[in-house]
Amino acid sequence: MLSVRQKGNAGGREDRAVFRGAALPWLFLLPSLLILAVFIYLPTLRTLRLAGYRANLILGTEQWVGLGNITDLLGSATYRQVALQTLVFTLLSVTGGLLLSLGLAWLASRPVRGSRAYRLLLIYPYALSPAIAGTLWLFLFNPEIGVVNQLLGELVGVRPRWLDTPLLAFALVTVAAIWKGLAYNIVFYLASIRNLPTDVMEASQIDWATPAQVFWRVAFPLLSPVTFFLVFTNIVAALFDSFALTDLLTRGGPYVGHAGITTFLVYQLYQDGFVNFRTGAAAAQGALMLALVAFVTFMQFRLGERRVHYGA
Amino acid sequence: MVRDRLLPRTPTPTRARRSDWGTHAALILAALLISAPLLLALIKATQPSSAVLSPSLLPGGAFLSNLERVWVDAHLGRSMLNSLIVAVTVTTGKTILALLAALAFVYFRFPFKGTAFALVLVSLMLPTEVLIVALFDLVSRDLNWADSFAAIIVPFLASATGTFLFRQHFLNIPASLADAARIDGCGPLRYLTRILIPMSWNTIGALAVIQFVYAWDQYLWPLVIMQRDDHQVVQVGLRKLIEVGGQTDWGAVMAGAVITMLPPLIVFTALQEQFSRGFALSEDK
Repeated sequence: MLSVRQKGNAGGREDRAVFRGAALPWLFLLPSLLILAVFIYLPTLRTLRLAGYRANLILGTEQWVGLGNITDLLGSATYRQVALQTLVFTLLSVTGGLLLSLGLAWLASRPVRGSRAYRLLLIYPYALSPAIAGTLWLFLFNPEIGVVNQLLGELVGVRPRWLDTPLLAFALVTVAAIWKGLAYNIVFYLASIRNLPTDVMEASQIDWATPAQVFWRVAFPLLSPVTFFLVFTNIVAALFDSFALTDLLTRGGPYVGHAGITTFLVYQLYQDGFVNFRTGAAAAQGALMLALVAFVTFMQFRLGERRVHYGA
Repeated sequence: MVRDRLLPRTPTPTRARRSDWGTHAALILAALLISAPLLLALIKATQPSSAVLSPSLLPGGAFLSNLERVWVDAHLGRSMLNSLIVAVTVTTGKTILALLAALAFVYFRFPFKGTAFALVLVSLMLPTEVLIVALFDLVSRDLNWADSFAAIIVPFLASATGTFLFRQHFLNIPASLADAARIDGCGPLRYLTRILIPMSWNTIGALAVIQFVYAWDQYLWPLVIMQRDDHQVVQVGLRKLIEVGGQTDWGAVMAGAVITMLPPLIVFTALQEQFSRGFALSEDK
């Protein structure tokens, strides 16, 4: 992580041969490499292999279908809807989450009285897990007994069916995901705002730039490395951490069109792999997601290289 | 470096005062909104069953009796202990393995070093969730580890993030130090334990927070691989609390959820200085 910042010093100082010994470095690397080989690389190869079979792990049946699983998925209305929903959810939660956390981190970095307390109040929810977020929101937004509807019913006289109305359920999951991720993003923005070069910031203030100008013209571009890093981690979080949240909050529902509206890619994979026992189809989804993650990483490095250096 | 730089400074006192009010208002509102779900959960966790489903927002005195119902009857105590065992083991293991790997990458020259480093880094792109079907097959059938702690600990012991962060940190330590140590007859392991680790507490602390929270939050993998309730982790335990069948005891569930938040909160609070310094350091020019 934080690779964007570090690129500069990776080159020349890398090759230090302080200690001698041909076997020793491999001995130090062995535990890590062994675990990665057995629990990451072997399952990756097996996922790719399984993706070519119509298989059921419970029954132990396998039948070679080649790219059949993949073409089935790409042609499936359900899967296409799930992929689209995941895309919309990811876009909304990543943009919303980053803008909100940048704004809050900026405000909390201002020299106002009690800013330390504000910072603490903003970052302590880092300890929230996706499962706890799901549990809390399931209770709070329960249409009959949830606190939110009790209050709304009494004050305004409406009791929305949060979890059964497709758009509301989708919005609820998105907002819950943003809420869950805020603290993590704020932590990184606070650290980076602290590390902004003092001379540049002071110069821009002496030049009587308005606060808005200082923010958008000076600070925002200087913060682009951390924003970049966070865009990547937030995409990964939206793709993977959303599982516990939706599993508890909506169970992937409510159903619209061909699938539950809060069924995202990992939830669908879990459903096919461990509820419907369509092992081959689940592995094929895994293979597609591997391609997706590879694409996101590739884009991060491509765009990162172009955008991240200035004023060196 | 960690000290406040008082940014952004506003040019004139009048402008400063006016915008300070706006800042306070916005921050208080944000803190309230962010904390609202947690505050409501906390209030409901203290109310007796009769009040939990009412609109009342007055704290009650039933927190302990609520907690007792999930702690013993729903095995929350047991699953908290399981999660604690898993999170502590994973955090410790990841730290040690990452330190050793970084030691090899920074202080040795050996063939295929680039390949080995690439293998570690590329694993970042291969999340467990995506490999879960094959991983399940491997762990439950080939290794026969289903329902054991090994299944939820061992696959997570290697850390690409940790290796990378420690490597960066070691590269920022002057090479002359290692040269001097070697000339004095200090071997690599002694150099690691006597010199590198004492110089790395901020990075270790920052990493420990991330790893602990990551291990504590695990949900999908334990959900599929762990069928024995007495070995289940607490995040999945929450799901079982809600699913008891019939009426969910929400006061008790909220008490359980609040307690489940505590361990990562304690780790985070205890290591907060190291956490922000560890990242400040690695972000330094």
